[in-house]
Amino acid sequence: MDFRLTDDQRALQEGVRKLLEGRFGRERLRAAVDGPGVGPEASLDRALWRELGDAGFFALRLPERDGGVGLGLPEAVLAFEEAGRALLPGPLVATHLAAATVPGAATGERVVTRVDGELVEWLDAADHVLGNAAGAVPVRSVDPLTPLHRVPGAAGGDVPEPDAVPAALLTAAEQLGSAGRTTEAAVRYAGEREQFGRPIGSFQAVKHLCARMLVRTETARAAVYGAAVTGEAVEIAGAKLLADDAAVRNARDCLQVHGGMGFTWEADVHLHLKRAWVRAERWPTEREAAELLAAALR
Amino acid sequence: MDLTYTEEEEEFRARLRAWLAATLPGLPPRPDPRDWPGRRAYDTAWQRRLYDAGYAGLHWPADAGGHGATPTQHLIFLEETELAGAPYVGANFVGLLHAGPTIAAEGTRAQCSRWLPPILRGDEIWCQGFSEPDAGSDLASLRTRAVRDGDAYVVTGSKIWTSHAEVADWCELLVRTRPVSADVPGHRGITWLALPMNAPGVSVRPLRTLAGTTEFAEMFLDEVRVPAAHRVGEENDGWRVTMVTLSFERGTAFVGEVVACRRTLRALAEAARGNGRWDDQEVRRTLGRLNAEFTALWRLTQWNVSEAQRAGGVPGNSGSVFKLRYSHARQELYDAAARVLGPGGLDLSHDWTADRLSSLSYTIAAGTSQIQRNIVAERVLGLPKGR
Repeated sequence: MDFRLTDDQRALQEGVRKLLEGRFGRERLRAAVDGPGVGPEASLDRALWRELGDAGFFALRLPERDGGVGLGLPEAVLAFEEAGRALLPGPLVATHLAAATVPGAATGERVVTRVDGELVEWLDAADHVLGNAAGAVPVRSVDPLTPLHRVPGAAGGDVPEPDAVPAALLTAAEQLGSAGRTTEAAVRYAGEREQFGRPIGSFQAVKHLCARMLVRTETARAAVYGAAVTGEAVEIAGAKLLADDAAVRNARDCLQVHGGMGFTWEADVHLHLKRAWVRAERWPTEREAAELLAAALR
Repeated sequence: MDLTYTEEEEEFRARLRAWLAATLPGLPPRPDPRDWPGRRAYDTAWQRRLYDAGYAGLHWPADAGGHGATPTQHLIFLEETELAGAPYVGANFVGLLHAGPTIAAEGTRAQCSRWLPPILRGDEIWCQGFSEPDAGSDLASLRTRAVRDGDAYVVTGSKIWTSHAEVADWCELLVRTRPVSADVPGHRGITWLALPMNAPGVSVRPLRTLAGTTEFAEMFLDEVRVPAAHRVGEENDGWRVTMVTLSFERGTAFVGEVVACRRTLRALAEAARGNGRWDDQEVRRTLGRLNAEFTALWRLTQWNVSEAQRAGGVPGNSGSVFKLRYSHARQELYDAAARVLGPGGLDLSHDWTADRLSSLSYTIAAGTSQIQRNIVAERVLGLPKGR
């Protein structure tokens, strides 16, 4: 047993981080948020999408004989964790999962989204929709970089479609990346910002907020990585539950550590919080996950 | 990210399982928790069986009489013994997890050969004399004084929260050998001594906890002479010597407990299905959330063990992250048990009620959650020291 990342996995993690820093760094993120097309009008950067396709982001788990990278769920989790850190927009999970079934998805030429419960992300930008989005009506999305549609009456399916389980895991990985990123942001700000003549990070009240953030992140990390290795549905539901909690609560605490600045549009922390809220609504929600996990107690 | 065990590790597990299956049915009944001599005899007899079977001091280095097992083998040992319902380490805890490893790491050859074999064989029991009434979280401010007099130290003071003091042969004792001053911070004047519990001037008073039991004791030291040869490490270097043991405590001490908590959680679900509380969605979902929690804590354990394996068996600060999360989760588990039991949650004859009471110590003992958060913030996250 060696649960740690292998050298190859570390290299992949670093590679994706570098790629995203270069292609979707803070300036690009802010340009997207502060540009004209946000909310319902947000437009997907197709050039970036193809670059992700070229880098193998969508074809990561396709066998090499089918033009894929031939890697597994643990590697996909590492890549999606980086996407979560970077707040990379777009229906990443749906397109990744469609790599084997929808032509053009693996290469990033086509954008694929999916109906998840009552919600569909990026419907107008998508070339292909998994599930039935008939009658979808646009929502004024809380997340400026995730346009949403609502499909009335679509929820309530007891049996999730086969892709739902890996989708939940990859969403959990994004949440984990966000939780880690907001922890770092809070720690950095707490070390720089001075009040009463010293860094606010020297005060226990602030210190303990940061420590709690790390505990949530590392617990979620163990859960998400463990679920990636076993691929087991109940363990994945547990990972989603803990990663949702870590992403949402860490973003809240990060906002608190930033004080008044945290309440501004200019600080990135609200983007993490809003995206975390969107991802927490994907299947399984807290309620659904808790029921699945309870039923499995035998 | 590999959670499969090697062939060698699986063989180790199979051998251990077979031995446990053959050995456990022959054990005597467990003693009453209030019968301290009975508990000592039971715990040391179990240790002797482990010794005879080659499982004593599994993770200790070979030159200390151990088997130099990897952290993964130690994890398997703790998991399997718990799954099989084997006795706990009990009264052997301090010797095997604190004092022994400290002596092995810092003691002289003579000290190792005097103290380590009896710990491994279950012949001698150790207790821990660290905390004092006025030195808890601020351990470095301890005041029990030791004055050198010829070939001995003369020790006067008092200790508290000393488990197994009533039946221990030895105490790993922290004493002040240099007064605190402007130039000497508290932790620079502490010395580690092995105190024989039968020395004249040692008195022990059991301390009744809120659970009604006497799991701890107070210890009073009145001009007790401790041979200078019983000092481990240099004079005034006891703080550093002690830190070696504390990291051991936070490393693998809770492995068996996480396994036990997962079993308790399944038993809670069964009880709730039986008594109708399962229909209460809040109770049901709480149990579901705890399922996620304890599965994650098991994965976190495997993560920390994998990290320790690379670091040569020395657990790092990740133990603090684990302890913070686990101590809270354990309290939530037994709060959930009370909700499942309903009025039965007030019945002390139920194990879960007694465990709910003892769980209250988890966020305090071995470093309070507040101290652990300071450790995480300063040593892991690198935030500035302060108040």
